[in-house]
Amino acid sequence: MTVSPTAIVGPAGDFHAAALRRDAWLERLGLAGLAAPALLLVIVAMLLPIGWLFGLSFRDDSGALSLEHYRRMLAEPSYGRTFRTTFEISLATTAICILLGYPLAYFLSQLPRRAANLCMIAVLLPFWTSLLVRTYAWLVLLQRRGLINNWGIELGLWSEPLQLVHNAGGTLIGMVHIMLPFLVLPLYGTMRAIDGNLLRAAASLGSTPVHGFWTVFFPLSLPGLAAGASLVFVLCLGFYVTPAMLGGGKVTMVSNRIANDIELFFNWGAASALGVVLLVITLVVLVLAAKLSRGAGLFGAGH
Amino acid sequence: MSWLDRPASDTQISHRSRLWLYALGVLVLAFLVVPTLIVIPMSFSHSQYLEFPPREWSLRWYEAYFASPSWMRATATSFKAGFLTALLATPLGVLAAYGLHVSRLRFSGVAILALLTPTIVPVILAGIALFYAFVQLKMVNSLLGIVLAHTMLAVPIVMMIVGSALKSFDLDQERVARSLGATRLQAFLQVTAPQIRFAIVTSAVLSFLTSFDEVVIALFVSGGDNSTLTRMMFMALRDQIDPTIAAISTIMIVITSLLLGISQFVGKQES
Repeated sequence: MTVSPTAIVGPAGDFHAAALRRDAWLERLGLAGLAAPALLLVIVAMLLPIGWLFGLSFRDDSGALSLEHYRRMLAEPSYGRTFRTTFEISLATTAICILLGYPLAYFLSQLPRRAANLCMIAVLLPFWTSLLVRTYAWLVLLQRRGLINNWGIELGLWSEPLQLVHNAGGTLIGMVHIMLPFLVLPLYGTMRAIDGNLLRAAASLGSTPVHGFWTVFFPLSLPGLAAGASLVFVLCLGFYVTPAMLGGGKVTMVSNRIANDIELFFNWGAASALGVVLLVITLVVLVLAAKLSRGAGLFGAGH
Repeated sequence: MSWLDRPASDTQISHRSRLWLYALGVLVLAFLVVPTLIVIPMSFSHSQYLEFPPREWSLRWYEAYFASPSWMRATATSFKAGFLTALLATPLGVLAAYGLHVSRLRFSGVAILALLTPTIVPVILAGIALFYAFVQLKMVNSLLGIVLAHTMLAVPIVMMIVGSALKSFDLDQERVARSLGATRLQAFLQVTAPQIRFAIVTSAVLSFLTSFDEVVIALFVSGGDNSTLTRMMFMALRDQIDPTIAAISTIMIVITSLLLGISQFVGKQES
């Protein structure tokens, strides 16, 4: 139990109380200062360079202030196509992740703890396996003479090797595979926390299992679904590696276009402007998602 | 009544009516795990096309990897970058998490948000921004540049893990230690640190993996003699599906599993 110093000493103690408060405040400030090195690193290695790019995006080739890069983004239809591809792929990935991930998370949440923890290894192992390794695995499986084509032909499902990769379909398969754990993990946490007695109460009041699921369980799982789905969508928006490797140059998302602008055309202005737009879209989606799910746990490692 | 007709959940649904859920669950789990694991046996295939099951087993892709000076150099770079990142990011992250947790100042929230920005900003943007900055500072293709970039990515991960461990830690224990004459540093090192050791070890391991697996930033800021393994793999895959990478992938899967296994083992020992 703490007693405020003023309560003991009376009016004369006010001076000491103020001094003590100042000391305490200074100590806390010093402790907060422990975060300074990390903060400095983030400022120097992230915020400043991005600020630099931000400035670059508002300058034309001669260095004068201009909105040229943004104007070109609106005028040239190829930019529109890039953004449409990005949104389409991101939405499709998110939708497929929900279709596969919701039943999986539900299945896991219904298992006994021990069995669920064991199965969670299957979700966590890919989560921490190199993104590049997993994308490479799909490249090997889906190539013309790969496993899927060989098995498909042997089983008589199709006769000629199918083009399964280096297109939008292959990109989608790879992206769903990489994004699925990001949806399942928060969703599983939310589902585990749902009180089973609510469902028993629904059943005892005559609700059929399916009705009980949709009226009681599903609404309660929505915050987790919203958190997971918006995380997946945001990560897809800025995704680079998998579309670059599995898209075969046919799937140009914003990230791929930024990289091309730099690597092939050395067009820093255009790349920075695209980067700024990508960042703004990402932030808007995150803020909307946070409003929707009022949720913590929206942060994850981006690829 | 067979087990199939017994109620399977609180909704009183029978196992029989949701066999489809079990089937789907197992299928999706397989979809998550099998494609990555199947690369392991395939890497021992003799064929250029990495058959499964391999008709002829061979170590030729492992030989190709270990005999190549450029792959070896890239592997060494990745290990160096990973160790240095873990070495830097862990103390920085622990300090920040502890300082912000204990001080509870009004601007702590802003500081936390700033420290988490690396997880929000699309990596491609961070990649080109750093590339641009490093060009000006003549730090492109330097080990220092990669380590700084990867440390920045890893610090938020350390902060989140250590931060959540601190939340379930009772700070009164530190106050007791200090009332008995320990300094703040002693109290932290002798009372707090041992109890959040598991979180610290985990975050060091994940910092290493963050750096070791990172592709996009490495693609832009590393190069030449300091190319990372992931950068070389990505570049090699642009032209053709090089089977050597199956061998490298297998080695990377083993390293990841070993590291995570060790950190889990440390955790089990503690509880």
